[in-house]
Amino acid sequence: MPNLLRVLILSLCVATFPALAQLQIEITRGVDNPTPIAVVPFGWSGSGASPEDVARIIDSDLARSGQFSPVSRRDMLSYPSRGSELYFRDWRAINSDYVLIGRYELAAAGNLKLSWQLFDSTRELSVEEGVVMGAASEVRMLAHKIADEVYEKLTGIPGAFATRLLYVSVTRNPAGKDFYRLTLADSDGARPIVLLESREPILGPSWSPNGDEVAYVSFETSRPAIYRQNLRTGAREQLTNFKGLNNSPVFSPDGNSMAMVLSKDGSPDIYLMNLASKRLTRLTKHYAIDTEPTWMPDGQSLLFTSDRGGRPQIYRYDLKSGNTTRVTFDGRYNARARVAQDGRNVALVHQQNGAYHIAVFDLVTERLTVLTTTSLDESPTIAPNGSIVLYATKRNGQSILGAVAVDGGVSFNLPARDGEVQEPSWSPYLP
Amino acid sequence: MKSLPVAGKFASILFGSLLLIACSGNETNDSAAAEAAAAEAAAAEEAAAVAAASAAKAQAEAAAAAEQQQLQNAAMSAGTVFYFDFDSSSMTDTARMAVDAHIAVLLSNDDSVRLEGHTDERGTREYNLALGERRANAVRDYMVANGVPSYRIESISYGEENPVAFGSSEANWSQNRRVELK
Repeated sequence: MPNLLRVLILSLCVATFPALAQLQIEITRGVDNPTPIAVVPFGWSGSGASPEDVARIIDSDLARSGQFSPVSRRDMLSYPSRGSELYFRDWRAINSDYVLIGRYELAAAGNLKLSWQLFDSTRELSVEEGVVMGAASEVRMLAHKIADEVYEKLTGIPGAFATRLLYVSVTRNPAGKDFYRLTLADSDGARPIVLLESREPILGPSWSPNGDEVAYVSFETSRPAIYRQNLRTGAREQLTNFKGLNNSPVFSPDGNSMAMVLSKDGSPDIYLMNLASKRLTRLTKHYAIDTEPTWMPDGQSLLFTSDRGGRPQIYRYDLKSGNTTRVTFDGRYNARARVAQDGRNVALVHQQNGAYHIAVFDLVTERLTVLTTTSLDESPTIAPNGSIVLYATKRNGQSILGAVAVDGGVSFNLPARDGEVQEPSWSPYLP
Repeated sequence: MKSLPVAGKFASILFGSLLLIACSGNETNDSAAAEAAAAEAAAAEEAAAVAAASAAKAQAEAAAAAEQQQLQNAAMSAGTVFYFDFDSSSMTDTARMAVDAHIAVLLSNDDSVRLEGHTDERGTREYNLALGERRANAVRDYMVANGVPSYRIESISYGEENPVAFGSSEANWSQNRRVELK
């Protein structure tokens, strides 16, 4: 009951500090020869002002991918919203390879209907069209869904714009304890919502596989404990309260259990909790540090960090056999792995010449590629389409988020407008 | 130890009054008066003894408090923050000397302590939680080895959370690699 009350109080706080946790996006590096695309302002047939600039949202999504260079509105000769109003030569004249047009209208029960059509101005044909519908309050998400479809049509890779991010924003308080806020936002940083506010640390947020729930560590009782929180109902449950470490909660791919780190039996080890019965199974049993578990997408094994070999390296625990095998051998420090949905690319923290970078390790070729040049990088999380690694880093002494393409292409920063931001966790695809 | 002289004094007073009673047994006329005088004298002696005992007790308490205060002062001047080398959970000699001062206090009272382990910002947060715990446990184990019961010590790790020095240089990092006693 007190927990429920706290969550209620927090949902009231959301309205009070919406801007504090807001992320900004600064693209630092794009790919060579990005594809020019014109995203024309959508036509609006309702009365009054249009609800949201959908075209601007799609435009920013495509720009952020680094693979597209959106054409400026100032250069557009007209704003067609139907195919019949579009003249291909006008778009070739401003070197726009593709043109996306659309319109939105009010549908029944306060819903919005967005129709869109994508054209190839060189070949003079319609490439794809579609309709997305949803609550008017979710218009930003509808725009991201169009961006996802356009992105997939033109790159062959599903988009991950209609997803969300969890992160911890920290406001330093030189006079006393810092403020920690577990924050949920759209993948472009818009619409931040504070899920939990505390004067004690909040760590390790992660998602349930269906995106309905999150798990995290909170020190609010002055000791670390693992909690799960339902995003729809706000219901919160404390799962652990053991002596010693309680951290790194990660839901299994089937959503039925949770891997976590506890040190109640001596040294930090990986445990599995059945979420229905709350029964614990100890997976690793070693006097060294075993921590930072992460699931392989098939749910058959886990990767984790261990210093059983003297230095932290990534190991793999097979659930069926109970065997542990070492995975990484490059360098003296490889930690905090996160596996892409393809089950092949592993984002991790790799130390090189005393600096901590984000690297990607290919489980098939066993090649490790360093992706970043900054030196205090941590907490990598991979977009559900496997294309981008989001991570935390430092800039001018401030914690910010950075993002880099798994192929090393585009990179961008997501500093908070105010305060610091750390521990990002990218959602799975959302229904 | 401190109650021995008091008991000795008591015994000698008691012996003195018995002697007094034994020597005044002959004349019955005088005996009542003598008895009363003896009782009075005994009561006076006893009062004096009680006063002396409580003074001695107060003195002993004051001495114990002074001793405790001295231990506390030594512990306070040793500080409540113990620093560690990079990537290490071994206590330095300086840290050990400081912890020794706190062990002396803990052996003289029944207080419980909380040891909070911290790391610098380098490396991953969750691995740093484990390193912070190693540091807190190193101090705990040292205290236990020196006689402090383990149930009076709680160790908690904050990893790289709650830094005391901001900035990414060794000067800041070395202040953050610490165990705090609370």
